Amino acid sequence: MSGRPPEELLAAARAEWARLEELPRPLKPRERLAIPPQDMPSQDPLERAGNMREVALGYYAEQARVEAERCLQCKNAPCVRGCPVRIDIPEFIAAIAEGRMAAAIEIIKRTSLLPAICGRVCPQESQCQAECTVGRSLKSVEKAVAIGRLERYAADWDREQGEAQIPETGPPTGRKVAVVGSGPAGLTVAADVRRAGHEVVLFEAFHKAGGVLVYGIPEFRLPKAIVRAELDTLQRMGVELRTNFLVGRTRKLADLLEKDGFDAVFVGSGAGLPKFLNIEGENLVGVYSANEYLTRSNLMKAYDRGHAVTPIHRAQRVAVLGGGNVAMDAARTALRLGASEVHLIYRRTEAEMPARVEEVAHAKEEGVIFHLLQNAKRILGENLKVTAMECLRYELGEPDASGRRRPVEIPGSEFIMPMDVVIVAIGNESNPLIARTTPGLEVDRYGRIITDEQGQTSLPRVFAGGDIVLGAATVILAMGEGRRAAAAINRLLAAGDA
Amino acid sequence: MNLILTKERLSEQVYRMRVRTPLIAAERQPGQFVILQLDTEFGERIPLTIVDSDVDEGSITLIFQVVGRTTHQLAGMEAGEKIANLVGPLGQPSEIHNFGRVVCVGGGIGVAPLYSIAKALRQAGNELVVVIGARSKELVILEHEMRALAGELIICTDDGSMGRKDLVTAPLKELCEAAPKPDRVVAIGPPIMMKACVETTRPFGVPTVVSLNTIMIDGTGMCGGCRVTVGGQTRFVCVDGPEFDGHQVDFEQMMARLGSYRAQERIAAEGCNLHDEALRKGLKE
Ligand SMILES: Cc1cc2nc3c(=O)[nH]c(=O)nc-3n(C[C@H](O)[C@H](O)[C@H](O)COP(=O)(O)OP(=O)(O)OC[C@H]3O[C@@H](n4cnc5c(N)ncnc54)[C@H](O)[C@@H]3O)c2cc1C
Ligand SMILES: Cc1cc2nc3c(=O)[nH]c(=O)nc-3n(C[C@H](O)[C@H](O)[C@H](O)COP(=O)(O)OP(=O)(O)OC[C@H]3O[C@@H](n4cnc5c(N)ncnc54)[C@H](O)[C@@H]3O)c2cc1C
Ligand code: SF4
Ligand code: SF4
Ligand code: FES
Repeated sequence: MSGRPPEELLAAARAEWARLEELPRPLKPRERLAIPPQDMPSQDPLERAGNMREVALGYYAEQARVEAERCLQCKNAPCVRGCPVRIDIPEFIAAIAEGRMAAAIEIIKRTSLLPAICGRVCPQESQCQAECTVGRSLKSVEKAVAIGRLERYAADWDREQGEAQIPETGPPTGRKVAVVGSGPAGLTVAADVRRAGHEVVLFEAFHKAGGVLVYGIPEFRLPKAIVRAELDTLQRMGVELRTNFLVGRTRKLADLLEKDGFDAVFVGSGAGLPKFLNIEGENLVGVYSANEYLTRSNLMKAYDRGHAVTPIHRAQRVAVLGGGNVAMDAARTALRLGASEVHLIYRRTEAEMPARVEEVAHAKEEGVIFHLLQNAKRILGENLKVTAMECLRYELGEPDASGRRRPVEIPGSEFIMPMDVVIVAIGNESNPLIARTTPGLEVDRYGRIITDEQGQTSLPRVFAGGDIVLGAATVILAMGEGRRAAAAINRLLAAGDA
Repeated sequence: MNLILTKERLSEQVYRMRVRTPLIAAERQPGQFVILQLDTEFGERIPLTIVDSDVDEGSITLIFQVVGRTTHQLAGMEAGEKIANLVGPLGQPSEIHNFGRVVCVGGGIGVAPLYSIAKALRQAGNELVVVIGARSKELVILEHEMRALAGELIICTDDGSMGRKDLVTAPLKELCEAAPKPDRVVAIGPPIMMKACVETTRPFGVPTVVSLNTIMIDGTGMCGGCRVTVGGQTRFVCVDGPEFDGHQVDFEQMMARLGSYRAQERIAAEGCNLHDEALRKGLKE
């Protein structure tokens, strides 16, 4: 993240490309390692903190080709092992390097259904890019081949070609599958099951489909038009979308199977139950869960003052508690809603932050103030409204079960910061509604639905995947689980014993 | 779906609508509510209690008071129009048993949600006393419907234009003092009224259920915006409620949270809030 202006990045890439064209092919590994990593062009930090438009602008064509030339085409392709859905990374990168864009996207789509989304939101540095030989050789994950950016580039190129191609669907089988939840897990299952020719109804509790992709992850990180395009494709494939349908309440899961003629059900209901810290003052006016804050802003469009009806506090001083993607999104949203100071409070150090490296960097560039090794002790208020927060400092102690050094509080280190709004972003648990209303559906002690490798739950013909099984995880994992479950459902229906 | 079948005006600011939504009509139980939204892109999601349902017709009845933007817009809609989004039934159903003698207290628009519960309680064999409170005669709703259910119906108005010139807590107190005292009280109305009711019944140890009308967004337990403190614990009204043991509810906090956006809400609140004022004065006396 250099913060260099886009034009400068483009000029540099052009010069580099011209240089590479002079070199005899194939390039030697040494020459590839010498190619400078291509930075992502992004909106100017000061400007973007005042708008909702996407921050990362995507590679220029020249940048994509230069970056693709950095790949060593390793025989053992360690990067592929790091990708939860095993995209054939060297092959698609080679296609980009050669300018064969249609081939590149075709290779990606063999395994990934949502490349425009995963290319944007995957924690690449801990997945595919963590294993990359180039990064290893240059002793920095940040210098690994930018696999995610290239994936995004190919997917965006594809979308910009105009109307997406509608995947073929098999001949009608007369079988019917219910998919509960329209997040990445549900979208994937819907697509894969529909392709096999089965009828698919996608049930979504909200008035809009997309799950966390629409209500959680903000526009400035994942434009909603991209999610919309995926949904359009699904609908054009013949998937029926039923919004405003809360399975467990509008209809019980068992009724879908027993009364409504569905042959199988996939549950991808996500991890939508916000955790709170259980500290004093947590229910004061001005304390939000990140889910509420982000839903108000993203789904209900509260940021759009001219149009939206849903209100949101436009605070001056905002504290965000947590260090994950959710916390970064909440902090950066607060800035965009006009806060003059946004403080991010995290119990451990930056190295332990679960957020994507790029989001942390972007948040800092935009002016979010990081308080590391600190935690909220209580929230103070007057007239039941937030006025301040008391924090405590921590130091790192012995490693805990997860291998991370455990933060230990420093006695007597309390201090108070004035605040108008406090946003709690310390994670989500599983929403218990479906488990509670479906007798026989087994869950673990965290309320996560228990499944086998194929996504099969304790109930026949009922499958599950994504955050409701994994706990709060990632888009790509949810998608991967969806693919496995869809394959199992397709096998089950093909066998005809459902 | 979501077709408005009929619309009537019950009082100056209160409307009744029957809306076609067969699945919700079939599943709904007393005490549950829906969330509706009138514009998919920019509208607000607002909760309304399902007052009644007709499974054969596939319809539910909603009764709402115009207090702000969305209720105002809804009041402007006519039979034949459609509500863009309607999800439900949400929340835990009311606890319905034969408790014996139950006093149902409804204030202002709270009489609407109370009706669905009173009806179920009556069907379960309870003996009902219903107390309706309103600012004035014109604002009394569901009088006839309630009379059909209740052994005894007491109406209180602030200005004495109908029934007793009293706050609902006055007859409630008398009922608690009389023998036999009620086996249960259900009180629904503005928070300040529910608070006054639980304070009235507390010394008598009469179990008192209240239905909380917090601000909500999703109504599925996802956002935590509807949370209240009940018995020292954080509970989500949309999934754990909306009914709670009134003696355990932190009403001060709930009222503060309900007022979170007052400054941002456009149309000055009428009706209920004026009634609040009257009750607030009443409490001080
Ligand atoms: C703010 C935020 C930022 C994130 N950032 C990233 C990131 O950068 N990278 C990354 O990889 N991951 C990120 N994640 C995590 C990622 O979004 C999730 O792991 C992923 O969306 C899980 O997908 P899912 O399909 O399991 O569920 P979800 O996306 O949660 O979708 C579940 C859907 O089911 C619906 N639903 C629930 N119950 C019912 C029911 N009973 N009936 C009908 N519908 C129901 C919900 O309304 C929802 O739409 C982020 C999460 C959040 C909240
Ligand atoms: C479970 C539940 C059931 C409900 N059932 C009914 C019902 O059957 N009939 C009915 O008329 N109302 C009911 N309400 C209240 C109703 O949801 C609100 O009146 C509505 O959300 C106001 O929306 P608005 O856009 O018109 O007003 P807004 O512009 O949002 O608000 C206007 C005024 O109303 C106050 N307000 C906002 N939300 C609420 C709320 N949830 N409760 C009380 N005051 C609020 C605001 O502070 C403000 O003063 C119920 C609420 C809940 C939570
Ligand atoms: S899907 Fe994610 S992990 Fe897999 S290659 Fe793409 S960015 Fe890497
Ligand atoms: S590990 Fe890195 S260099 Fe090797 S094939 Fe994968 S992306 Fe290319
Ligand atoms: S309304 Fe969101 S959790 Fe209750």
